Amino acid sequence: MLEIRGLVCRYGKVTALDGISLTVPEKKLVVLVGANGAGKSTTLRAISGLVPAASGQVIFNGEDITGMSASSILAKGIAHCPEGRRVFGQMTVLENLEIGAYLRKDTREIAADRDRVLSLFPRLAERRRQVAGTLSGGEQQMLAIGRSMMSRPKLIMFDEPSLGLAPNIVEQTFSIIQGIREAGTTVMMVEQNAFAALDMCDYAYLLEAGSMVLEGDGKELISNPHVREAYLGVTAHA
Amino acid sequence: MNRYFPLVALVFFAAVPLWLQDQYYLHTLVVAGIFMLAAMSLNLLLGYTGQLSLGHVAFFGIGAYVSALTSLGFDVTVFGRQISVEPWPPFLGLLLGMATAGLCGYLIGKLAFRVRGAYFVIVTISFAEVVRLVALNWVDLTNGPLALPGIPPLTLGFEWTGYVTLWGKAENYYVVLVFIALAYLLMKRLVQSPYGRAMIALRENETLAVSVGVSVTKYLVLAAVVSGAVAGLAGGLYAHYIQIIDPMIFMFLNTVTMVIIVITGGKGTLAGPVVGGLIFGLAPVFLRNYVGPEVQWILYGCLMILIVFILPQGIVPEIERWFNRAKPDRRNDAAGQEGSSVLALARSGRANH
Repeated sequence: MLEIRGLVCRYGKVTALDGISLTVPEKKLVVLVGANGAGKSTTLRAISGLVPAASGQVIFNGEDITGMSASSILAKGIAHCPEGRRVFGQMTVLENLEIGAYLRKDTREIAADRDRVLSLFPRLAERRRQVAGTLSGGEQQMLAIGRSMMSRPKLIMFDEPSLGLAPNIVEQTFSIIQGIREAGTTVMMVEQNAFAALDMCDYAYLLEAGSMVLEGDGKELISNPHVREAYLGVTAHA
Repeated sequence: MNRYFPLVALVFFAAVPLWLQDQYYLHTLVVAGIFMLAAMSLNLLLGYTGQLSLGHVAFFGIGAYVSALTSLGFDVTVFGRQISVEPWPPFLGLLLGMATAGLCGYLIGKLAFRVRGAYFVIVTISFAEVVRLVALNWVDLTNGPLALPGIPPLTLGFEWTGYVTLWGKAENYYVVLVFIALAYLLMKRLVQSPYGRAMIALRENETLAVSVGVSVTKYLVLAAVVSGAVAGLAGGLYAHYIQIIDPMIFMFLNTVTMVIIVITGGKGTLAGPVVGGLIFGLAPVFLRNYVGPEVQWILYGCLMILIVFILPQGIVPEIERWFNRAKPDRRNDAAGQEGSSVLALARSGRANH
């Protein structure tokens, strides 16, 4: 469904991504793990057109989307749920959801989708007219997830969905993401919480300093000695 | 109550000339109204897109000069070619001034929104300064510091109805009132449309707005065009009402006045500039019996600082909050109930699968 070939991204003179390649098959959950500054978020931002690619290609459903504007990439069906549970703080829950469907014109379907999202997240339904900035961290994350579902994406990309959330909320967030995938939407996720992410995914990539160093299915990476030592905090001989 | 309030206010202000005969008070109201209009235009940029234009007086002045010049007629030589323009009816001049200011909004928007935030502020200040220098130095066209006197007042009517010239204060008061009402409606329609939602999203969080598909330049430029045109309209009204303009119209102080009106009233609210405009438009009338103009400016400064400290959101949001607290909103409750029945439906739908 999504294929990246030799993607290079630079911030000024700093090379953030040094020719990475990866594939996200349809209806799968693919995870990108790595340390801080490895280039995980940059990868997602490059896919959704928020950072320009210096070279390489991003191919979505057989179409080269490299260099397209963020809004046309979204229109092709790639939603990006950015890091740090970003919501529009001064807008209400409903307005946040509605702006998620910004590029859609089918008013009636939008309302139906909005109600579907609200039924998925009863807490949001209770607070539908509350200003999003006053929600708790977990609720804001739910809202951010709900908002990215509003564009009816074929592929949703989550950037650090567990960041700064209480452990039980993290669990809940991950099960929602599982649910999204089971409903037939392809998911790509960037996560520092490597164990949980590797455990739930279909396939995983390990990014280190802008290069892809390992790939394989989740279980495979969990049992890899390098991953165990560097990311799971388990020493190789333990 | 909230819904009908603008209408009630309109009716009230429409009735003012019926009992207020004092020409000085009417004049104060007309000038306050013109600045209110300019502040409303600034509010679209500052309050809804979050971009501070500190050169907003440029649009105001351009509207004033274009409207004045076209209704006076002029002869000017540009690059060795003589351009002569016969006097136009003042209303056409007003529209042309509006269009020119809107066009400048487009150019500034295209140019300046590549650099936002502090850089936008600087670009707008420079723009206003450049326009001021042009008005000051292009003596053939603008008369420079000698001013453009004898600008005809607005006329109403068509060729087949005959024209009425608006000499009096009350007539001008009504013209300004009508334009304020129209501008209010325009702003209301705009900010409550998906366009307005997109502008607010950009103000709140630009990266996030882009990631939900909002095009940054498109909406910021749209806001700049509408804002510029309305400020140009206010400038045109000013020129035809005062009947003389000079490059002093581009004074930075005029921009500051607009910013103060918007911030005091409440930026990002429709009623904010109206309330702020009334306060700062009418304050001199009440203060002048007690203190001289120098002290008045000091008092404005203090008032402004006080408001920023006590009511950082401005007066209107504070009043709204007070109202909501005093009276729980019944409409919201009803909507909540209707919503929960929708939810119940969605849940039962799910269960049936």
